Formats: sequence, C-alpha cells, structure tokens
Amino acid sequence: MTDQSSNPLRDEIQKAIDENPVLLFMKGNPEQPACGFSARTVAILQSLGRPFAAVDILPDPRIRQELSALSNWPTIPQLFIDGELVGGCDIVTEMYESGELQEALGVNGGTAEEPASEAAAPEAPPLSIENRL
Amino acid sequence: MLARYPWSVSATPEELKQRIESGIPGARAEVTGDGHHFNAVVSASAFEGLTRIAQHRLVYDVFGAEVGDRIHALSIQTKPE
Repeated sequence: MTDQSSNPLRDEIQKAIDENPVLLFMKGNPEQPACGFSARTVAILQSLGRPFAAVDILPDPRIRQELSALSNWPTIPQLFIDGELVGGCDIVTEMYESGELQEALGVNGGTAEEPASEAAAPEAPPLSIENRL
Repeated sequence: MLARYPWSVSATPEELKQRIESGIPGARAEVTGDGHHFNAVVSASAFEGLTRIAQHRLVYDVFGAEVGDRIHALSIQTKPE
C-alpha cells in the first residue's frame, strides 16, 4: 500500500483537472501527437475551435499511473470537461459524430469560424505537470 | 503484480470475445485485432441506463491491468440492447 496522505503528483493532476475547463491528457502534445488515438482526439477538438489545455503523459510514467488511478480509466487519451472524465478517443469520436461533444463544449457543430471568433483565445499552451513537481 | 493468465502471451480476438461475453451478463461481442490493437463492438443488456463511460468501464474491467500491457490498445463501441 502506498501512503495516501502524501501524493503530490496526484494532487497536481487533480488541480490541473479542476483548473482547466477542457483538459486533454495525451501522448505527445497537440502540435506533435505521439499516438494515433491522441492525434484523432486532438483533431476533433481543434476542428471545433474550442481552446483546450493538454498534458503530455509521456515524460514520466507516473503521470499515467496516477491519472488512471484517479480517473479509473486505463487508456490514453482522456478528455475532461468541467472536471468530469468524458472519455477516450472512442467516446469522443462517437460524441462528436452525434453532436453531443459540441453540446458539452458549448460550440456549434463543426464550425470553428464563429462571428465572435475574436474572443476565442489561441490554443492554450500545453501544461507541463512534470515541471511543477 | 501481474497475475498469471491461462492465456498465451499474445492475445487473440477470439479470446477477448469469449472473456467479454462471459464477463458481462448478456453480452455479445464482435472483436477484431492483430494481437496488439483490438476493436470490440459489444452489446449487452447490462449497459441499459449506464453512461458511455460506465459502459466502457465494464468492458475494460474484464481485462484489468492487461489493457495497455498485454492488450496494447482496445477500442470499444458499446450498444445497450
């Protein structure tokens, strides 16, 4: 058994989930995904024009271990919206095709070019949990 | 710790199909894959009323720590019956 009282990495992961309304844990970063499932999920999010934060889980295997323990979800990527796990690539794809993802993100179906796009911030820079330890 | 599995080192679509169907009440599964990457289409009465997340967790739970390890990747589509 590990000591439950002190787990700074898990706390950092939880903090990132709490602080970022749309957060993707992935392999690689949005500019250079390191896995096809992460790449597909990034492409879907980018097509919707909704800024999102991303965490690369590859630099330290403990990130994935702690994330999966926290989320009770074994695979990467993992998309969180408003602090809730939405799913991985399969569920995100299904929700995109059905329009549920657009609804959850508060965007119109597939149209990134909204008239008010000036308010849309450029994509948030990738978070780096490993640098905050 | 890894448990010892009675299955061979390399997983097969047939093994995954059997384990899903015996592990989830009323499940029917179609599984394809190359021994590392698999795709499972699963329908089960047990999915009724569950969120997608919960439905997929039922499938992942059949394999536990093997997902990401022995079963390198498992794509899932679930359908309530």
